[in-house]
Amino acid sequence: MTRDADEAVACTGLTYSFGETNAVDGLDLTVVRGEVFGLLGPNGAGKTTAIRCITTLLPVPARMVHVFGRDAAREAMAVRRLLGYVPQQLSADAGLTGRENVALFARVFDVHRSERAERVAQALAAVDLSEAADRLAGTYSGGMIRRLELAQALVSAPRLLILDEPTIGLDPIARTGVWEHINAVRAATGMTVLVTTHYMDEADQYCDRVGLMHRGRVRALGTPSELRQGLGERRGAKATDPLPTLEDVFRDVAGSGLDDQSGEFRDVRSTRRTARRVG
Amino acid sequence: MSEAPVAPPVASADRAREKGIGLLLSPPEPRAGWRLLPTRVVAMCAVELQKLRHDRTELYTRAIQPALWLLIFGQTFTRIKAIPTDGIPYVDYLAPGIIAQSAMFIAIFYGIQIIWERDAGILNKLLVTPTPRSALVTGKAFAAGVKSLIQAVVVVVIAALLGVSLTWNPLELLGVAAAVVLGSVFFSCLSMTIAGIVLSRDRLMGIGQAITMPLFFGSNALYPLSVMPGWLRTVSKVNPLSYQVDALRGLLLGTPAHLALDFAVLIVAAALGITAASSLLGRLAR
Repeated sequence: MTRDADEAVACTGLTYSFGETNAVDGLDLTVVRGEVFGLLGPNGAGKTTAIRCITTLLPVPARMVHVFGRDAAREAMAVRRLLGYVPQQLSADAGLTGRENVALFARVFDVHRSERAERVAQALAAVDLSEAADRLAGTYSGGMIRRLELAQALVSAPRLLILDEPTIGLDPIARTGVWEHINAVRAATGMTVLVTTHYMDEADQYCDRVGLMHRGRVRALGTPSELRQGLGERRGAKATDPLPTLEDVFRDVAGSGLDDQSGEFRDVRSTRRTARRVG
Repeated sequence: MSEAPVAPPVASADRAREKGIGLLLSPPEPRAGWRLLPTRVVAMCAVELQKLRHDRTELYTRAIQPALWLLIFGQTFTRIKAIPTDGIPYVDYLAPGIIAQSAMFIAIFYGIQIIWERDAGILNKLLVTPTPRSALVTGKAFAAGVKSLIQAVVVVVIAALLGVSLTWNPLELLGVAAAVVLGSVFFSCLSMTIAGIVLSRDRLMGIGQAITMPLFFGSNALYPLSVMPGWLRTVSKVNPLSYQVDALRGLLLGTPAHLALDFAVLIVAAALGITAASSLLGRLAR
């Protein structure tokens, strides 16, 4: 099957179930090369499950997920070489220094010894952690740990950077700092970024396109301004009225009952644990 | 092998060079085939050594128990002379058993570290690297081996200080190191296998504690096979710890041992352990 050369990620009818629950339910999604794509939705919408399918962590049938034309089921190792992944939890090892944390990922991505130290130094410099590089990660602030994880993901020069709730639990200044570094690195390397978040304001500000996910499917897709304008037009708003927010768009496409669908116990526990560690 | 990435837009590449991050534009040359496994093992062992360098508390606290075994149990039973040891002092006889025990204690709880890494997202991140699950498990198992080996060095020093007459032949010591590492590979894989089945730290802790003592007492670590009742002798014969102790005793003390059989059993047990743990690792990622 020939894939479109512009596709960084293509999910076709992606379905994944935990027991009888369809966490992802026939997801069709395309992420275009070079864009920052935001997958939005409340806890339990299926964002993280979709990400775990794309990253090959969860087994999917053949032809459902392609990353740069590679089938995630059949060519998992090739797909992994193209990915940089930052999971939702604070995943840097607190018992290692920042430099050692990044060097581990340089080793497991086969960076040759002759350029390992320099590449690790460049990844740390890209996220402004050169000065703190030789301190234990356990002494870092939440924002610094997120930047360190970004450096871990960048050291292998991925073509697709996947960030699962990168700013969860961070204070507004640290959130801005993390996004500024994501944008700077993306501008410098031209890589594609796929990010999940439930902060609509961040998506509005930093994503080229967003997909609003609810109950395992993408319910609306487009640039943030397209989606907001679209809702404004549907509501018959006047030109002088303020545009609806992305949250309004989300409430419009998801309908009622959002509060009852905002994640299962496990999702909420995981989110709270991360927020507690960051704070 | 993955294709080389499309070159970033010229403007992007220029910006990257300006920022001094030009290396981050090109992916590393992938290793394939047999060369992949040793690099992953070295990576995991390096992490273990780096952690030990930053915090040696565990090394010291874990030395207390073997020291007490040798000091109290060993010295007392040397005086009682209740256990037949073919003429060598009991504390000497006991030392290899305690080395094996302290290595096993480290390895058998390694699965808890895997579950902690799962909860912290570290395991998922490693599973999204080009590392086959078997290579990841082998790397972790050898990392447990390195940790156990350092602990074994501490116990050997304690034993030497207590007057145990050990070999200082480098080849025999190399054999000791190999036996400690192979045993730890097996027990850490046993632990990771159980982790893949029970999926929770609390359950694994309970099972770990439940199997550690039977493995230890159902081996020749404290007493020879000849004093065991028939059923315990059978347990001891299927217990890899017995073969590890036999090898350690033969190499360290020069007592009669079955080194070929001992190492064959340890290698097969380690290989089976790696296979079982690798096949269950995916359950931890879900």
